[in-house]
Amino acid sequence: MKKFFARFYIAIILLVLYAPIFFIGVFSFTESKVLGTWTGFSTRLYTGLFSNENPGRESLLGAVENTLVIALVAAFVSMFLGTVSAIGIFNLRGRKRQAIQYLNNIPMINPDIITGVSIFLLFVFLHVTQGYATVILAHITFCTPYVVLSVMPKLQQMNPSIYEAALDMGATPVQAFWKVMVPELKPGMISGFILAFTMSLDDFAVTFFTRGTIGLETLSTYIYADARKGGLTPELRPLMTLMFLLVLVLLIVLNVRSSRLATKKLGR
Amino acid sequence: MNNRSTWSLPYFIFLVIFVVMPLLLVLFYAFQDGQGHFTFANILRFFSDSDSLATFALSIEVAIENTVICILLGYPLAWILANKEYNKSAVTVVLFILPMWINALMRTLATAELFSMLGVNLGKGTLLFGMVYDYLPFMIYPIYNILSKMDKSYSEAAQDLGASPVKVFFKVTLPLSMPGVWSGVLMVFMPTVSTFAISEFLTNNKIKLFGTIIQENINSSMWNYGAALAFVMLLIIGITKFIAEDEEVATEGPRK
Repeated sequence: MKKFFARFYIAIILLVLYAPIFFIGVFSFTESKVLGTWTGFSTRLYTGLFSNENPGRESLLGAVENTLVIALVAAFVSMFLGTVSAIGIFNLRGRKRQAIQYLNNIPMINPDIITGVSIFLLFVFLHVTQGYATVILAHITFCTPYVVLSVMPKLQQMNPSIYEAALDMGATPVQAFWKVMVPELKPGMISGFILAFTMSLDDFAVTFFTRGTIGLETLSTYIYADARKGGLTPELRPLMTLMFLLVLVLLIVLNVRSSRLATKKLGR
Repeated sequence: MNNRSTWSLPYFIFLVIFVVMPLLLVLFYAFQDGQGHFTFANILRFFSDSDSLATFALSIEVAIENTVICILLGYPLAWILANKEYNKSAVTVVLFILPMWINALMRTLATAELFSMLGVNLGKGTLLFGMVYDYLPFMIYPIYNILSKMDKSYSEAAQDLGASPVKVFFKVTLPLSMPGVWSGVLMVFMPTVSTFAISEFLTNNKIKLFGTIIQENINSSMWNYGAALAFVMLLIIGITKFIAEDEEVATEGPRK
């Protein structure tokens, strides 16, 4: 009985969480300009997304490309910066460690708008023209703390002598980093990367303030501008549906793989 | 200390440039007029502007309500997810963050459309719903993390000593999980005050939150007043952080 209630509760919340996504999915199969009006089944929005004759397509796909490029670059840089820094912080003691951990917490606690506005003021102050690079720098700023936090626990679990052992055996610090540290820290690095990628992908406020006036659009700013003009580009519906399905498939594949690995390990 | 501690140096410099300097610049611009002279006018303007103050009060109110609802909904959920009896797979947990992969603005717009299709008037109710919808995962996650890592022997010991399940929960599990709740509060409360697009979409521009006025000022190049508003927000963040840390120390007991 208790179990039933627990399951029921989970199911209800999941249902509410996914309702808007299903809503988008269902209405991606109709041609209507407005989300929520059903004008009969059609796959024209899907074909429109992939055909060259659609004039609105370019800017939308451009925004998707920008979003992905920014998220990938920011997540990669954050992963390395965060991992190297986590190792450094782990070896710091006392006040210095407290200070850097305190600073590391700030971007996580600050709401996006503060991060966005403050970095915007930095670029204004330094007379830096804002665009692609400034957006990526800003994204690295709010992504790296998450990597540091994901790598830290792995460092605590790791045997500290194996790095020294590698050095004693004649490895250079760089070799010891790649051959000894990275394999040990990999799970933390990967979860940090995924977190960073997700945060960057979903960001709106920071991008909004740091993209400057060169007309750089990510998916978020594109949707915001679209909604302000009144009415979303209909092609966003199939695009979002496809993106969601892609993530879902990825998750299932990863999960099947990891459970296979688990059974393999158990079988040994 | 060994030489690997120097590996944190590049990041330290990075943090100074991209975190410390920008925050100091918020202060710098907040206390400056358009000509670059020092002034309190921007801060005073906020405290004498009844519109801004009303927006600010409303934002705090919505943020408190959102945080409370997120705790009430999220805590039981995190507890169920962390409990091996009810949930054995990590996939269920991932299901709660999966929606975050769909653009938040898009989801919010879809929620608003869903409401208008169902004939619900857009207003404060829908705003709260949307806020809870967007921020619930941020509450579930830290609580889930701490609950699933918690040493079961504490609650087992309490049980062995004759405490009822309800008592075990309120005397042992809940106090031990408070740091998770507080980090959830930090991740929900301030972001709610500062959201700008979400409130516009979910209320059809009827309700403005604090984030919206900051954005409007910055975007119309009124950096000084925008910075002053951001400074007010920084003060609030400092206060919440201070309270949260205090509580964390209190619930964790003395720091080792």
